[in-house]
Amino acid sequence: MIKVLFFASLRERLDEASLEMEAEGLADLGAVLLRLRERGGIWADVFAADQTVMMALNQEMTGTDTPVQDGDEVAFFPPVTGG
Amino acid sequence: MNEIRIQSEPFDPNIETDILRAGNPAIGGVVSFIGLMRDINEGETVSTMTLEHYPGMTEKSLQTIVDEANQRWDLLGSRVVHRVGEMKPTDPIVLVAVASKHRGEAFQACEFIIDFLKTRAPFWKKESTPEGSRWVDARHSDDEAEARWKL
Repeated sequence: MIKVLFFASLRERLDEASLEMEAEGLADLGAVLLRLRERGGIWADVFAADQTVMMALNQEMTGTDTPVQDGDEVAFFPPVTGG
Repeated sequence: MNEIRIQSEPFDPNIETDILRAGNPAIGGVVSFIGLMRDINEGETVSTMTLEHYPGMTEKSLQTIVDEANQRWDLLGSRVVHRVGEMKPTDPIVLVAVASKHRGEAFQACEFIIDFLKTRAPFWKKESTPEGSRWVDARHSDDEAEARWKL
């Protein structure tokens, strides 16, 4: 399983802080994002192709072509605004 | 000594810099940046602000930024303190303090750390205004500030 976390405005819009996803058939982070988009409704809006979504794999910021595997922690969030 | 702290309690920047420079006569200068909460943003009054972070990843990303600063410059210590949770106008949000032998290294390292904190560390601000609450948008100028360092 892959653990998927959502933060800030994404978490609020999805009304979901985390979920688990079967790792089988998911090659990379882009595939995870696509599977979330396919849930439809608000998920399709939040993960639409024209949305700026940042992502991390095992707590390191990365991009859609990063491979994922069983046991990974994936996170999606809006651009950061700290400091 | 490098210290990184994320906390919901308020902090006193003066105490932090005092601790940073205490007992090390090799330190010739300390440069600090204090980010403060403003009561107005994008033309609207802001009464309170709530900061969210990604526990675990936030600490790791700050450690990576501080490690990179230590590789680039000859430093004698640093402190990064960042608040999360609810805060009010005039509250310090973040402190970046850097100690070194001479001022040049400290000035540059301090600016480097805050520039990368702004674009790489997972924190998100939500403001409460008379119109309701809203998430703060990322600024393009922060990306430009980061790009100057050419990592």
